[in-house]
Amino acid sequence: MPKCSECSADVAVEDGAQENEIVQCAECGTELEVVRTAPVGLAPAPDVEEDWGE
Amino acid sequence: MSPPAQTGTARTGAAWTGTARTGTAQSGATAWPRASEPGAAGAGAAAPVGLIASRVRLDEKRIMAALDRRAVPYERLDGRTCRYELDAAPPPWPVVLNREIGQVRAAYAAHGVEAGGGTVVNSAAAIELCGDKWRTSVALRRAGLPIPRTALALTPEAALDTIERIGYPAVIKPLQGSWGRLVTAVRDRHAAAAVLEHVAALPSPQSHIVYVQEFIDTPGRDVRAIVIGGRLVGAVYRSAGEAAGGWRANVALGATTERCAVTPELAELAEEAARVVGADIAGVDLLEERGERLLVLEVNSGVEFSGFQEAMGDTVDVADQIAGYVAACREGVWM
Repeated sequence: MPKCSECSADVAVEDGAQENEIVQCAECGTELEVVRTAPVGLAPAPDVEEDWGE
Repeated sequence: MSPPAQTGTARTGAAWTGTARTGTAQSGATAWPRASEPGAAGAGAAAPVGLIASRVRLDEKRIMAALDRRAVPYERLDGRTCRYELDAAPPPWPVVLNREIGQVRAAYAAHGVEAGGGTVVNSAAAIELCGDKWRTSVALRRAGLPIPRTALALTPEAALDTIERIGYPAVIKPLQGSWGRLVTAVRDRHAAAAVLEHVAALPSPQSHIVYVQEFIDTPGRDVRAIVIGGRLVGAVYRSAGEAAGGWRANVALGATTERCAVTPELAELAEEAARVVGADIAGVDLLEERGERLLVLEVNSGVEFSGFQEAMGDTVDVADQIAGYVAACREGVWM
């Protein structure tokens, strides 16, 4: 199981997760980006930028 | 009926590189064919749709699932890895659906596709127009659509008088931005002066341009209408959450959504607003002035629809409508 880059807790990632999908560490709340799916790899998600949105 | 998207006429060509992920209807390659390679000309019936998205949200997953259901091949491109090179071959996709979450990156992604002679939904022009509240207001007003009283001040100092001419309460908004960020209602001169002092301290020169609107007395909600290919898909009420101070009705700020009955006036206004800004896929926000007359507030070119979909339930499938529209563009026919 992939681990949180912040707190090293195991992070549950649903089957069928896509690259660039965001998951949250249940332990510390950090947002993580799925950077690889086979096997699942996680990296800290990018911070929300000023121009994000609709 | 509106055309699907702006098609670049200057075929200066572009090289298209980056990482791509292929839809299930494709063979599972991890990178798209270079534009210069055989079979990558772009407009063939078998050519996949491009889908630019650096952040895969529920909306993007739904769109990809809808493309799969319709057996429309697609290649998802991470906007962070795309680059465009002038004087290269045209893009390998007959149409690109632009779901990039960053406004600036979305606009330049569209410019890149168009520079190569490609078609992108929404067009760069529509993204840039929708991304600037003042330019949107000008376009809507010129088209004769009802909007709130709106003014622009070129400095925070000039804004105080501008606000007083509009009258209190008034709403100060950044020219760019989404999700209701930094949108502030001011109810008297003291509050306005304090907000403008903060605006003056912002680092970007563009932040010092102050966009002001009258505060519209609504029933504590706004209306989000989605228009795809010139047709209204549906509309929902968005009721402001307490986290937003009870008046900013953005789903990102905790607004709740509820299905809204579509009247001919609503449909006509939303479709016309989308047409005026040239957005093939548009989220049109409307206000019910005193619960009666509808005003167009803004038009969003990178529509987020999870809250909308939740309220609409099974009555409409936004992702499928988007997929259908893109598929029609790909085949050269649209609704």
